Amino acid sequence: MLEIRNLTKRFGENTVVKGVSLSIPKGEIFTIIGPSGAGKSTILRLINLLEIPTEGSIILDGVNIHKEKSIEVKRRMGMVFQKPAIFNVSVYENVAIGLRFRHVREETIKKKVADALDIVGLTGFDDRKGKTLSGGEMQRIALARVLVTDPDLLLLDEPTANLDPVSVRMIEELILRIHKEFNTTIIMSTHDMFQGQRLAHRIGVMIDGRFAQFGTPREIFTTPNDRFVARFVGVENVIDGRITSKDRGIAFIKADGISIKALSPLPVGTDVTVFFRPEDVAISGSSEHAGSIRNVFPGRVLSVIPMGPYSRIHLNCGVPLLAMITYMATEELGIREGSEVCASFKATAPHVVKR
Amino acid sequence: MNEIIEGFRTAIELIITLNPEVIEISIRSIIISLSATLIASFIAIPTGSLITFSEFRGKQALVNIIQTLYALPTVLVGLFVFLLISRAGPFGFMRLLFTPEGMVIAQTVLILPILIGLTISSLKGIDTTILDALRSLGATKMQFLRSVVSEARYAIMAAVVLGFGRAISEVGAAIMIGGNIRGHTRVLTTAISLETSMGYIAVSIALGIILLLIALVINLLLAIVQNR
Repeated sequence: MLEIRNLTKRFGENTVVKGVSLSIPKGEIFTIIGPSGAGKSTILRLINLLEIPTEGSIILDGVNIHKEKSIEVKRRMGMVFQKPAIFNVSVYENVAIGLRFRHVREETIKKKVADALDIVGLTGFDDRKGKTLSGGEMQRIALARVLVTDPDLLLLDEPTANLDPVSVRMIEELILRIHKEFNTTIIMSTHDMFQGQRLAHRIGVMIDGRFAQFGTPREIFTTPNDRFVARFVGVENVIDGRITSKDRGIAFIKADGISIKALSPLPVGTDVTVFFRPEDVAISGSSEHAGSIRNVFPGRVLSVIPMGPYSRIHLNCGVPLLAMITYMATEELGIREGSEVCASFKATAPHVVKR
Repeated sequence: MNEIIEGFRTAIELIITLNPEVIEISIRSIIISLSATLIASFIAIPTGSLITFSEFRGKQALVNIIQTLYALPTVLVGLFVFLLISRAGPFGFMRLLFTPEGMVIAQTVLILPILIGLTISSLKGIDTTILDALRSLGATKMQFLRSVVSEARYAIMAAVVLGFGRAISEVGAAIMIGGNIRGHTRVLTTAISLETSMGYIAVSIALGIILLLIALVINLLLAIVQNR
């Protein structure tokens, strides 16, 4: 449905999008995740004809949209922005405006606005002034406003970035519902990796103007391509080493005095980076649970940082390690700064990438 | 001191009894300045929108010139319009000198820079996300401009009211182009100027109060609309 070829965008000296190619089939929810300033918004704005590409092309159902530049092409898309853009008129007029631009008959407008307000759960808000709404309500109106125009392609630029958790959940449910009901192709940017995971069929991790990795949410969150992606998706344990021997698919990787056991098809002698999530690291008081395919490293606790129901624990096991365990476990084991503990993780937990 | 107090008493009397000449002058003032404001708005709002949302060389210079002209002296406008519409001028054949129409033209010229300039500032003050949203929703260029102006309507209204205030309170151009002809081109400001110089303080004070009242009413109306 949408094909992006070698897209580049420069603002003055600054190259924000660097030769991006991407293809999105009809009905897909594609999420662009990445840190702020990576170029996520710019890609969406280029697709929505709000910016002109420096190089490359965007093809929507066979039409090169920046060559065509027709209002009809533009009217096939709808975009919701990070900052809620609500016009200083009633909610009804806010939702109706796209239809007015398209010279739709008033009766049809009435019906569509009512339907859209129903979908976003704001029935009866018609006469309220747009500016009196809360941030979450504004963003739902922005969605309703786009919905009434029946877009083939829905672009969402960090639509929940400024909202409270309840509103975020509501908008996410709406996005899924809209997709289910209308099979709309959706491209969404977010810097919330978990949101990407909740909503997307496919994720592209954008770092510094390029896609560092494409994949299903599961692939992205368990098998990052490189340390940038890893760091961004929360795979915070990143250790460089070399495969020194192998035994039936298990590689023994030597790194800074410790030896890590991990599944890997790579041959002996390969320089590798090992990635694993803090959530995959368990902590115990002694090494007695150690099995043959488990990595067990004794170490000392450097710090314990509470994070909601979890504790983030920095360890020094020869190499720095990060573990995430429940606060219950932290208390039961009496873990505090300076405690001597054992960190362990399965050989299947790490993702091993050639350096 | 007594003269002033006496003046105020007579002034109130003139207003309460609806003195025909005072009323006539007031109505003429309002009509002329309102006409000028309307004409200037019709020119300034589209022009200001086009300037704001078009890119061309010398745009900033143009905006600077427009802003400089906010302080355009009224007698200079009087002189300029006089040169244009006096017998010898290019529009002399239209015989506009010493007519209310001529005064409307002069006041229109006077407040055009303010209206264009303030329209530009009002539109510039609109959040860029609003502009993006309008474009994204599939607005044509015209629909876009109309919607943006509508979005800035309160700020633009305030600009229009300011323009009206400047038009109705100026005296230089009104006297040069209108000539302060009784029953024909005499307006509040020119009448105050004349009556004062002739020593009729009471009439001047009455006209002054009316001038202030008009400004007050217009501003109240604006406030009501803006708070709605």
